[in-house]
Amino acid sequence: MKTVVIGVIGADVHAVGNKIIDHVLTEHGFNVVNIGVLSSQEDFINAAIETNAEAILVSSLYGHGEMDCRFMKENCVEAGLSHVKLYVGGNIVVGKQDFQDVEARFKKMGFDRVYPPGINIEDAVADLKEDLNIE
Amino acid sequence: MSVHLLVDFGSTYTKLTAVDIDEEIIIGTSKAMTTVKTDVLDGFNVALSKLENAHPQMGEISAVSACSSAAGGLKMAAIGLVEELTAEAAKRACLGAGALVNHVYAHHLSKKEIKALKQADIDIILLAGGTDGGNKECIIHNATKLKEANLDVPIIVAGNKDAADDIETIFETGQVEYYIVDNVMPKLKVLNVHAAKDVIRQIFITKIIEAKGIKKAEEKTGEIIMPTPESVLYAAELLAKGHEEVEGYGELMIIDVGGATTDVHTIGDGYPKRAEVVLKGLQEPFAKRTVEGDLGMRYSANALVSLMSPYEFKQYYKDVNEDDIQASVKKRYEHVDYLPENEEEEAFDEALARICCDYSMSRHVGTVEVVYTPLGNMYYQTGKDLTEIKYVIGTGGVLINHKDPKRILKEVNQKSDKRLELRPTDPIFLIDKDYILAAMGLLGQKHPKLALKLMKRHLT
Repeated sequence: MKTVVIGVIGADVHAVGNKIIDHVLTEHGFNVVNIGVLSSQEDFINAAIETNAEAILVSSLYGHGEMDCRFMKENCVEAGLSHVKLYVGGNIVVGKQDFQDVEARFKKMGFDRVYPPGINIEDAVADLKEDLNIE
Repeated sequence: MSVHLLVDFGSTYTKLTAVDIDEEIIIGTSKAMTTVKTDVLDGFNVALSKLENAHPQMGEISAVSACSSAAGGLKMAAIGLVEELTAEAAKRACLGAGALVNHVYAHHLSKKEIKALKQADIDIILLAGGTDGGNKECIIHNATKLKEANLDVPIIVAGNKDAADDIETIFETGQVEYYIVDNVMPKLKVLNVHAAKDVIRQIFITKIIEAKGIKKAEEKTGEIIMPTPESVLYAAELLAKGHEEVEGYGELMIIDVGGATTDVHTIGDGYPKRAEVVLKGLQEPFAKRTVEGDLGMRYSANALVSLMSPYEFKQYYKDVNEDDIQASVKKRYEHVDYLPENEEEEAFDEALARICCDYSMSRHVGTVEVVYTPLGNMYYQTGKDLTEIKYVIGTGGVLINHKDPKRILKEVNQKSDKRLELRPTDPIFLIDKDYILAAMGLLGQKHPKLALKLMKRHLT
């Protein structure tokens, strides 16, 4: 069973989407380690180390995601997690911005997958299975 | 008359408590210097004859139970993966079992750390790392290094269960005494210390006692069943929870200000008291013990004052002459049996005790931190919220012998300059004036109800 760490980053308390992601990924056979809301980069990274996770899925809904996710890839590399896939999704930037720009910026920051608001979660699950080589 | 004798082989004193099981009373207590270096029974016999002389009507002793913290107590090293997670979980398991933990290592053990372990004076190593199904590479690496080091120390493996078979193979090929038990952190942030604690106690009883020259005492006392701090923690739990129809006191704290360390035990969940507080970090043990090796009245007096400037020291003892602090401290750690002979020295001891209470509390209780969110202020809580704790019980020589110990204990309360610490707000203070807590933890193994009743009667 593949392990993934999910949670909501920064001073963000939006818990509903987090529960949905937890539910759907569990249904799809993932071992979900949910660190919940108000989580720091360090919380994600420590959880991934102890649980040997293969992906970290970061949610952010309150617009400060770009700040909260800065240097997250670098911090993962520093902690020996360079092989771990990094996903981010939600309202991850301030205001309405062209998603193509946003995606490019987050990919440059080292995220493997970037999702806009309103994405169908099944699509993200399909990506995750592909990235983790699950049939 | 059925007399149960309870013995605590302490680092300085061997303390005896005789309980009349039928009459449900404490007949008496006595103490004598612990004699580990020669024959531990010498000290025991002196204490016993003191007790018998003071209570000639005392009947035949029908049962004896003993605990020990003599010869340095139980010293352990804790090893985990992430410092705040499995390394911390391992450390808490050791502390909960009554050990002193001076060596904690996280991630891959380096040569330097292995060398430090070789040179260290430790009795048991607790090796953790990874949740069940999680990381196993690190704990296997550390097991390999520990095997290669040929330490003559038992190793308890309480990490990722997926690594257990590999570790067994590694240790079987070496001369390693090892025990594999349940993971101390089976899931992220979930603490599970019971299995590790049990095997620590087993090793303590069968091996450590012998190595420290205390085994001989068992000829007279029957099996020494646990380290003294574990006994105190058990007493605290009993007093908090109650037994059958005898009600307990609910959430409580015991603070033990000793010569070498200050131990704090709390019984209680310590969950957040308000909705806008989010709990962070590793789960806290319901019965939590912390030990501060740099806070003590005698052996650690020097370490204690080195934590602060003379100005800060004055906050606890305003009339002290700053130039005298070092001399007063030296007198104490060079003569650990020193007793104050005048008012100034008494005041100095009181200041040290206040600092022990204040500082150990800062390290024991949880803290809050404000997070400014678009939905308003939220708070992170790390550790236990002890603001509503009902009872704080003081023990240890300085508190027991002080004329107004509650004045010292007040240091544990909430302070205006330590707002973010979740300290007790208005607890009831009790003193263990007859020094019975460790004994009651022992008695409670067989007679929990009686031990509970006696504690309720004698802690005032």
